[in-house]
Amino acid sequence: MIKDNVLLALKNIRNRGLRSWLTMLGIFIGIAAVVSLISLGSGLQSAITGQFSSIDPDKLTITNAETGFGPPGSTAIKKLNSHDFDLIESVNGVDLVIQRIIRVVEVNYNDISKFKYIANLPEDEEQIKVIYDTLNVKIIEGRLLTKNDRRKVVLGNDFLDKDEFGKEVRLGKTINIQGTDFEVIGFLDKAGTFTINSVILMPDEDMRKILDIKKDEYDILIAQVKDQDKLQEVKEQIEKTFRDDRNLKIGEEDFSVQTPEQGIQTINTILVIINLVIGGIAAISLLVGAIGIANTMYTSVLERTKEIGVIKAIGAKNSDVLSLFLIESALLGLAGGIIGSIIGLSLAFSVAYIVQSTFPGLNFAVKISYPLIFLSIIFSLIIGTIAGAFPARQASKLKPVDALRK
Amino acid sequence: MKSLIDLKSVFKYYKMGESIVKAVDGIDIKINQGDFVAIMGPSGSGKSTTMNLVGSLDLATKGDIYLDGKNIEHLEESDLAQIRGKKIGFIFQQFNLIPNLTAKENIMLPMLFQGVDEFDREIRAEELLKLVKLEDRKDHYPNQLSGGQQQRVAIARALANNPDVILADEPTGNLDTATGEMVMSFLEELNKKGKTIIMVTHDPNLAKEHARTIYWMKDGKVSKTTFGKKYSKNKKIPISKRRR
Repeated sequence: MIKDNVLLALKNIRNRGLRSWLTMLGIFIGIAAVVSLISLGSGLQSAITGQFSSIDPDKLTITNAETGFGPPGSTAIKKLNSHDFDLIESVNGVDLVIQRIIRVVEVNYNDISKFKYIANLPEDEEQIKVIYDTLNVKIIEGRLLTKNDRRKVVLGNDFLDKDEFGKEVRLGKTINIQGTDFEVIGFLDKAGTFTINSVILMPDEDMRKILDIKKDEYDILIAQVKDQDKLQEVKEQIEKTFRDDRNLKIGEEDFSVQTPEQGIQTINTILVIINLVIGGIAAISLLVGAIGIANTMYTSVLERTKEIGVIKAIGAKNSDVLSLFLIESALLGLAGGIIGSIIGLSLAFSVAYIVQSTFPGLNFAVKISYPLIFLSIIFSLIIGTIAGAFPARQASKLKPVDALRK
Repeated sequence: MKSLIDLKSVFKYYKMGESIVKAVDGIDIKINQGDFVAIMGPSGSGKSTTMNLVGSLDLATKGDIYLDGKNIEHLEESDLAQIRGKKIGFIFQQFNLIPNLTAKENIMLPMLFQGVDEFDREIRAEELLKLVKLEDRKDHYPNQLSGGQQQRVAIARALANNPDVILADEPTGNLDTATGEMVMSFLEELNKKGKTIIMVTHDPNLAKEHARTIYWMKDGKVSKTTFGKKYSKNKKIPISKRRR
């Protein structure tokens, strides 16, 4: 009986071709939005978290004022100096302070000029090691810089791409940075973050020379904490020391001490907001979809009033008519859900493909969640059923004689 | 003789705005098993309302209607549906086939509502298609069939659950004379096999030609009862004992 009703409902849906598709549109836009976003969401999250994985959990990043996520040094902010360096080093619980300079430079090779990130490598052996560990860099060709190297650079993996400068940069070749020639002694392995893939690592002394940076001027100071559990405590201590030193009250800070979690949390908050907004849009779409189904079912009841009269005359009970219409609207919802899931997944994969080909270093993957897809389909089935309930009830309550008169 | 259908002082009033329309205004009709009845009358005489009441498509305002000894005026809609499906076959002027379903599927539909399984439904439908000589049209949709063919499918559908009574509302109203004759001969054939036929028509010749008992209705009342041509000469009405 159920099987027969399903077949009858399918015939009705097929018979109304275009209208059935339009009815399902509302449902499948909503479901497609939900499925694609949630599938992408986890990929987005891991990709973004990956960008921050270069910061170890036992390190605090100190900058002057809020520099956000843009390249430090690009804004006219008072630089950190050796006094600040000493202040941090004096704070209890700080194991080691590392100074970083990260800038953008003009690179010339094969008569092509490009702007690239450049990062300094400190002179202290221990600090170099910490930086290598922190950035999690691995050499793929040649070797890493050591403290005695001068006029030599190590390049990110992107430089191996021959599209970058018309031809491949090779080991031992000379590359011109800000008008000075440097020998290429190594290439980094492909990393999860695109900043590392396109970076130039240069000895501190050389970098200060070519960019005319004073000896005691730093973009970022990184404090390595002895006890990771006391990260928050040390952070507050550094903040207090800086405030006292600069005569500032709480809330007036012209510097920032960031824990690694803070960066990730900021991104996560943004992600949550994006997800909520899109979830809201999806919910509206689903609501519109449900109204669409209800509308179609009402029209269908009106159109088929006579048919309802006929099937009642030939022995259909109210419950038969009710189930016929309910099954029909449930099937509309179900089909909308299935199509929506397929479209949502294809959308997610296309977006992931585009992102991946734009930022090859990024670890951006779609995560297919089968429970999610299952739930989406069940959800749209339920929406279809609910939307069809009232029209179906109306159809079943029609008096056969009135229905036949139409 | 056993009466299959018994209407006992039946009234059906409609409210139309302020006024009350007395569609059926107190009728008593007894229809015997195996009879071929025509309900005659001009439009507005109450003949269609009477048929709807007999077919349990509508409930009377007052009075009792017995079908096979059971008073159908006090039944729930779902019980009425069962009775309609099992005991009554409807034939309409507009054929009223379901447009999405093929000829065969239309014939199978009434059996579906009686819970007959698919295999038996198919066999029965094939059988009925043969009876109305439409085996070669079984997979055609109603809009691919002529009026006469559609009415034959409707007859087959009416017979699907092997009902006692066939209710035909102007069965030839939408057909040309020749096709109409063919449909009528099918009904006569069924009557000979023992089915009780109740036909509503406004065409006196059709009624006189084919029916045995003719009820003439006027203003919601039965004004006279006569007998059809084939039976008027001998008052003793022969009714076939052979059923089915």
